Amino acid sequence: MQAAFPVIGPLPPVRARARRFPERTVAACVLALLCAIALLLIGLPLYAVLSKSMQDAGGRFIGLANFLQYAQNPGLRQSVLHSLVVCALTTACTVPLAFLYAMALVRSRLPFKALFKGIALLPILAPSLLSAIALTYMFGNQGYLKSWMGDQPIYGLRGIVMAQVFYCFPHAVMVLSTALALSDARMYEVARTLGTRPLRAFFTITLPSARYGLISAAFVVVTLSITDFGIAKVIGGQYGVLAIDIYKQIIGQQNFQMGAVVGVVLLIPALLSFGVDLLVRRRQASLLNARSVLYRPRREPLFDAAMTGFAALVAGVILVIVGTAVFASLVKLWPYDLSLAWGSYDFAAYDALGWGAYRNSIVLSLWVAAAGTVLVFCGAYLVEKMRGLRVMRALLHFLAMLPLAVPGLVLGLGYVFFFNHPSNPLSGLSGSIALMAMCCVAHYYTVPHLTALTALQQIDSEFEAASASLGVPFWRTFRRVTVPICLPAILDIATYFFVNAMTTVAAVIFLYEPLTMVASVAVVAMDDTGDTAAACAMAVMVLLTSAAAKLLQSILSRWLGSGSQAWRRATSE
Amino acid sequence: MNSSPSQAFLELEGISKRFGKTEVLRNIDLAVADGEFICFLGPSGCGKSTLLRVIAGLEAQSSGRILRRGSDISHAPPALRDAGILFQSYALFPNLSVHDNVAYGLVNRGMTRVDIARRVESLLALVGLPGTGMRLPGQLSGGQQQRVALARALAPSPGLLLLDEPLSALDAKVRIHLRQQIRELQTTLRLTTIMVTHDQEEALTMADRIVVMNQGVIEQVGTPQEIYHHPASLFVADFVGKMNFFPARARPDGSLAVGLAALQRMHGACALPDGPLTVCFRPEEVCSVPTGQQAFNAFPAQVRGIEFLGAAWRALLDCPLLGERPVVADFSSEDARRIGLQLGCALQVSIAPAHLHVFPAPERSGAA
Repeated sequence: MQAAFPVIGPLPPVRARARRFPERTVAACVLALLCAIALLLIGLPLYAVLSKSMQDAGGRFIGLANFLQYAQNPGLRQSVLHSLVVCALTTACTVPLAFLYAMALVRSRLPFKALFKGIALLPILAPSLLSAIALTYMFGNQGYLKSWMGDQPIYGLRGIVMAQVFYCFPHAVMVLSTALALSDARMYEVARTLGTRPLRAFFTITLPSARYGLISAAFVVVTLSITDFGIAKVIGGQYGVLAIDIYKQIIGQQNFQMGAVVGVVLLIPALLSFGVDLLVRRRQASLLNARSVLYRPRREPLFDAAMTGFAALVAGVILVIVGTAVFASLVKLWPYDLSLAWGSYDFAAYDALGWGAYRNSIVLSLWVAAAGTVLVFCGAYLVEKMRGLRVMRALLHFLAMLPLAVPGLVLGLGYVFFFNHPSNPLSGLSGSIALMAMCCVAHYYTVPHLTALTALQQIDSEFEAASASLGVPFWRTFRRVTVPICLPAILDIATYFFVNAMTTVAAVIFLYEPLTMVASVAVVAMDDTGDTAAACAMAVMVLLTSAAAKLLQSILSRWLGSGSQAWRRATSE
Repeated sequence: MNSSPSQAFLELEGISKRFGKTEVLRNIDLAVADGEFICFLGPSGCGKSTLLRVIAGLEAQSSGRILRRGSDISHAPPALRDAGILFQSYALFPNLSVHDNVAYGLVNRGMTRVDIARRVESLLALVGLPGTGMRLPGQLSGGQQQRVALARALAPSPGLLLLDEPLSALDAKVRIHLRQQIRELQTTLRLTTIMVTHDQEEALTMADRIVVMNQGVIEQVGTPQEIYHHPASLFVADFVGKMNFFPARARPDGSLAVGLAALQRMHGACALPDGPLTVCFRPEEVCSVPTGQQAFNAFPAQVRGIEFLGAAWRALLDCPLLGERPVVADFSSEDARRIGLQLGCALQVSIAPAHLHVFPAPERSGAA
């Protein structure tokens, strides 16, 4: 007996099309394609570095001989030591500063919070070299604050650490303010009802709950510091570090095998911190549950005043450093003629490519943002929402997590080895913007992947089941529901890719040709030739462009909030 | 269309499901008749939701077959199983209007826009939400959202409706209202329906037949009355409704030794196995008998505690003859008045032999 109710009589069956393309097959094919792309972008170049490090100049396998030779070279050995010292000092300075700043942002009644947050993020928007160049203007031989340094030059360990603290600070602040924001207000209420003093509450509740955030922030800083290339190049002087060694081996001496060896050595600390971070992340997940109430700071006049003072001081230093760079790019001839002029922005006067490098950067960043966002979001969707196909999903997730542990220089080196190999059918790409875009997508793949996963995990896991039972294939639900819901996250991902492609030096330094040089590399090149003001001007252009992208993102997401995301407000009513 | 009463609408044959090494479903056999309302009842983790998802095609069974009107659909994709599903979380698409949600399964069937609109409107009227098509799901209450989800599940006119704990996220009042509405709709449409629930009251009030599940196996299949009055296993007796449990042993004359008492069983009740047993009876089957009056299985009791349940009273009785463990007894307000129920008072209670259920004792003690 069929339903006798008139209004919902039987329907025409699902169209045959849906039967001809079984969803599982489509999912498997797309997933296989994405795995292949990830393998090409991430897996194979890395393998190329590893295998190159175990070959002699003729390409024969010689095991660990290169590593032995490396260990016997006193200059290179010293670089390892230098890198460790830089890294330890940078971490020791950055994490406490960032922790206090994050406390001010999240746990105090700081006025103008958005402004302070924005200022703290400024260093991310420029190539890491910007701070190094600005520091040379402040403390260098003709710096206006040279007297502060005593008779020690800024070039060397001091300069590197100062510039790196500036550069790593926003990364640590982001991690720590997230960790501090994820705390349960109920615990503080309990502490208050039990008469616990604030300091004791800090040591028994705040610190333990931020423990994983602190570890995570420390490892982010360690990785950034040990793998950064631009800062040591500009302000390192004679103080050699690992990242510089790779550059010297490859560009200076054309010793690809030894470059690969240094790359593998550089992989070790990065891999180590990656592993610890992964462990920490896994534990962090269970801190908050649906019943937790988010912490809102109460008025504490003394504490608030102290935090505001501290935040203002730090923000002031950041503004002074950035301001110095902007000012230096605008004066005629530092320090002799401080009248303003646009001369430094006439890039053609310093480099044949002129503004072309900046245009290349824009093209590169747009490609990275577009291709990276599509790849990352589709990949994360399949990893998170598909049932079955376990092996391929695990493989894709692994490849997506890998780049976080791989320094940009090492990945770039892998691209040189893999794509420049004459027998590679893709060797035609070498030196092109496309290849640089591929390397940037690969290098910055992990963070957007995690962002996308988080956004997707917040969506009801039954959506796919619901549409399957209604006879609607998953790709239709992906287009009509999943993507619209995740638009804010997608925008976030695209901006992240754009800004990082604008600012990266390490990922592209081995890959450009004269005509495809990008802005961040032009900064290095012009600084190298002594055109510091022009280098500064180019870095400022990068900073402005990134800041504009960020601004556009926040305007767009506000606009989304009023338009297609109206359902969010409906739910919160 | 073959609709002879002998052929089941849906048949499960030896369905098993493993996730890695854990066995979630073990050899499930079940036949569902046309137009029947079936409830899968069991504690969380018993496999009832997994079984529903296997029927829907959202999970693949590790072994076993699923037949629908005799044809094998064991490996058919969900879209071709002709089943509408209602999820606990509603799973309404938050960015689509109520209309677009309900129409979601209709658009790829070659219907015209006008036909779709007409059908959506009549479905919304059917679930009691006419004229809400332009709203967003977030603007509706939980109960309304679940009704929209019901309309969406019914839209393609499925032959089978699957409900996965559809009411558990709702307030008590809304839940009872929606319970009646779903049941009414199901009867009107004569729609074969399977509902998963851990709420025994829901199962008892709604289902034609209840399938009680525990640890991946079916413990009992029967009407609500059968399940309640004739539990087939200790688990069912414990899980459905309130029960008194006492350790017991068989006596040579066929009666039960409980504590110092001998409880008579029904004439013609089946023989008891040797070894430890558990006897159980419901609180409402405990009757008070005026002292001195003869009755089967009567023994003295003293009231140790009283709870007011609203429509009835629940008393905790010390019955020295039955042992240390107190007997829980429910008395109607009228009975309580008649016997003057109050703390410390003594009375005589009895349990009719027909209401005693006997099972082999569980491996380890502590069944109740």
